[in-house]
Amino acid sequence: MLQLNSIEDFNELRRRLLTDQNGKIPTIVISAGTCGQASGANDLIRITKRELLNNNLTGRVKYRITGCHGFCEMEPSILVQPRGTFYPKVNMEKMIRIVEAVNQGKVLEDLLFVDPDTGKRIEKQNDLPFYRNQVRTILASNENIDPIRIYDYIQNDGYSALAAVLEWNEPEWVIDEVKVSGLRGRGGAGFPTGVKWGLLAEQKNGSGKYLVCNADEGDPGAYMDRSVLEGNPHSIIEGMIIGSFATGATEGVIYIRAEYPLAIKHLIIALRRARELGLLGENILGSGFSFDISLVKGAGAFVCGEETALIRSVEGKMGEPRQRPPFPVQKGIEDKPTAINNVETWANIPIIFRNGAEKYSKIGPEGNSGTKIFSIVGKVKNTGLVEVPMGTKINEIVNNIGGGSVSKTPIKAVQTGGPSGGCIPANMFDLSIDYDSLSKVGSIMGSGGMIVMDENTCMVDVAKYFMNFLKDESCGKCFTCRKGTQRMYEILDDISSGKGTLEQLDLLEELAYVVKDTTMCGLGQTAPNPVLSTLGYFKDEYEAHIKEKRCPAGVCKELITFSINENCTGCLVCLRSCPENAITGSKQELHIINQDKCIKCAACKSVCKFDAVDVI
Amino acid sequence: MINLTINGLKISVEEGTTILEASTFLGFPIPTLCNMEGLSPYGACRLCVVEIEEGTNAKLVTSCTYLAEEGLKVKTASSRVIKARKMILELMLASCPQSKIIQDLASTHEVRQQRFKQEYEDCILCGLCVRMCEEQMMAKAIGFRGRGENRTVGSPFDSKSEVCRLCGGCMYVCPACQLRCTYNEPEKAICGGCANLSPPCIEKEKFDDMMCYMEPCVSCEIEKFNNGG
Ligand SMILES: Cc1cc2nc3c(=O)[nH]c(=O)nc-3n(C[C@H](O)[C@H](O)[C@H](O)COP(=O)(O)O)c2cc1C
Ligand code: SF4
Ligand code: SF4
Ligand code: FES
Ligand code: FES
Repeated sequence: MLQLNSIEDFNELRRRLLTDQNGKIPTIVISAGTCGQASGANDLIRITKRELLNNNLTGRVKYRITGCHGFCEMEPSILVQPRGTFYPKVNMEKMIRIVEAVNQGKVLEDLLFVDPDTGKRIEKQNDLPFYRNQVRTILASNENIDPIRIYDYIQNDGYSALAAVLEWNEPEWVIDEVKVSGLRGRGGAGFPTGVKWGLLAEQKNGSGKYLVCNADEGDPGAYMDRSVLEGNPHSIIEGMIIGSFATGATEGVIYIRAEYPLAIKHLIIALRRARELGLLGENILGSGFSFDISLVKGAGAFVCGEETALIRSVEGKMGEPRQRPPFPVQKGIEDKPTAINNVETWANIPIIFRNGAEKYSKIGPEGNSGTKIFSIVGKVKNTGLVEVPMGTKINEIVNNIGGGSVSKTPIKAVQTGGPSGGCIPANMFDLSIDYDSLSKVGSIMGSGGMIVMDENTCMVDVAKYFMNFLKDESCGKCFTCRKGTQRMYEILDDISSGKGTLEQLDLLEELAYVVKDTTMCGLGQTAPNPVLSTLGYFKDEYEAHIKEKRCPAGVCKELITFSINENCTGCLVCLRSCPENAITGSKQELHIINQDKCIKCAACKSVCKFDAVDVI
Repeated sequence: MINLTINGLKISVEEGTTILEASTFLGFPIPTLCNMEGLSPYGACRLCVVEIEEGTNAKLVTSCTYLAEEGLKVKTASSRVIKARKMILELMLASCPQSKIIQDLASTHEVRQQRFKQEYEDCILCGLCVRMCEEQMMAKAIGFRGRGENRTVGSPFDSKSEVCRLCGGCMYVCPACQLRCTYNEPEKAICGGCANLSPPCIEKEKFDDMMCYMEPCVSCEIEKFNNGG
């Protein structure tokens, strides 16, 4: 088995891999992250292998199984390299045709992506409106790398940053470069990474120091970290090795939630391969410097993403945050100095050293450098992972890249920052997305979740949804967090069911500020954000629920009634769809909903083609 | 030694002293519930919050867990602190009205209303019992389980613990187990009598059998005065 004993060995391997690489052979790239597999990528992999074997094409057409490319809405998708042809929503029949077409060097017009605005077909991935406006410094590597093949990563400049850093051999310089790059932590709080590393390097501890990759990603609707872990695990490992060289850390831990089996599998393979090659473990590349990384699986508590809770969880204790200071950098895992960084933060490190810190710092506005991945979900046409420079306007992400509202209903707001983020109304979409602007309007960057809501979304219901999540996920230690979230939920529940009073609304606000003030960790301190931001921007909706007992968006079940208007053609469709048999009427006659039986499931409204079901 | 300022007064304390200890030394009262001498600080009840720093950096921290820092400026009774404390007590009354300790705290902090739905829980998860058992009795027979709404204190698998010596230390320290007097309206969330409202003699019809030991009694004097002396 090949073992790299020096930096020269590594450079030699890299040269060989680059010359072996034949970029001209057409390659079918199958996006098979968790999202791709869930929508059928495994079938496509099978079909591709079969077709290539049966037709003796293995030498003429290659295939590559990769992590997620980001365009979830169009999964399972196929990318043909080097041409860059993009086939959305491929099924098994289409796959057979695509293999044949790739072999013949043809493009299948009828399978290409159709631009919903112009109706025109677009061939190249990079010309799609979704990809066109992104800057994919991290995510773009996913399509070029089979995550279980370390050589793929090395062919794509992988581990070259590590080799350069080891060659230069000056830990202080590494920390300075990270400071110059202006990289801020991608896990939510935006703490400057270089400063954190500097603090860890200063800590003198003979018995060891820890570096941790926080891969707990527990926000509902966020999966940027997963896509990097699954698609490019070596980039995180390389980042951590560079980090340990800079800070003198002796042990690494990747704390990953057990709900990410594919990511865990890829990480295990990647760690093993890196160790086998001599890039990880004792005496890395013969430099005399040693560092190893172990995996710790989390059991899926949101609060374990908080750094002090994470530390306790790694130690095998109950995941419960503790008072900071002392900060983890002073007292972390087993009381040893510990620096914790987010997955995406780590993935940025090799990029900084490959392209130069100075250049990196020029991306995005002052104080918010680099690109950020957002997972954009909800009521937009193009859901998926979007990578843009910091400081990009919300408008650009929601309306250009996201393609705007998926229905005719206009977009009302976007929720950023996960469960404890805030809602930003559509009239503020001119806001640029960076740590500081978002916190100014009462939201947070969080890890990059972005939920788009349209006029059919009730803001009271949204606040209630997040509060429900938080009251279950609070660790329960702080009385004000545990009871505060429960009481806020209780009041929101009263309001959404029409039992709320104006006094309760004031109480809700008062309580929200106290919870913010008196809780210990970030969970409690940000928990009132969904309430405060919706109260700030959508107070009229709350008041409508209370004063008029009306839900303007037609969501809160206790406050709405379904009825059928004159548009009804008597087509019987709704009647058949009603699970409670609450609709009566015969063919070509106006149907009627029996209000006593109606459970307000909205099945009738969703099937009616004539806009005949009203919700008031 | 570490120098800090509490409510404008300068004090030097040894490293490792908490803000609570420093404030108590100076005589500034800070209410606590989950803190007890002899047990390690935990920071669960949040009642002991104080305000540190100034301007936009100002924030509330729990004084029982926060260690004194050089140059720290502490306010133990700013309006922000008082507001938070009252809300915390109101939340406690809403959950655990039967606790004498909570009722007394609420009274002394002039909490006169309870606006949430009344609950009757027999534990506020202050963790005193858990720490008592672990740190003083060296038994570790009970601990926390679950999170959020489902967090409870108990023994493993809810069965009798083999290491429990039935010492009763857990019950002894429990603030929720110390029952308040229920006056004559047991259902009311806020203690109705002595500390909070009017002295018994004003509402004579409710206190038929009660003796008044006040001499002279202020309310009697007032009543006399109102009736034209
Ligand atoms: C309730 C809560 C949950 C968190 N979850 C995560 C998470 O899933 N992933 C993450 O990287 N950081 C999470 N954080 C932030 C971490 O505490 C920490 O700030 C971060 O990992 C530091 O890395 P960075 O400097 O690279 O951002 C969470 C924080 C809180 C308060
Ligand atoms: S704020 Fe909430 S989640 Fe954080 S430590 Fe306190 S109770 Fe636990
Ligand atoms: S049982 Fe009593 S002492 Fe133990 S946590 Fe609950 S309230 Fe505190
Ligand atoms: S006494 Fe400090 S938090 Fe309870
Ligand atoms: S203590 Fe409750 S009435 Fe006196």
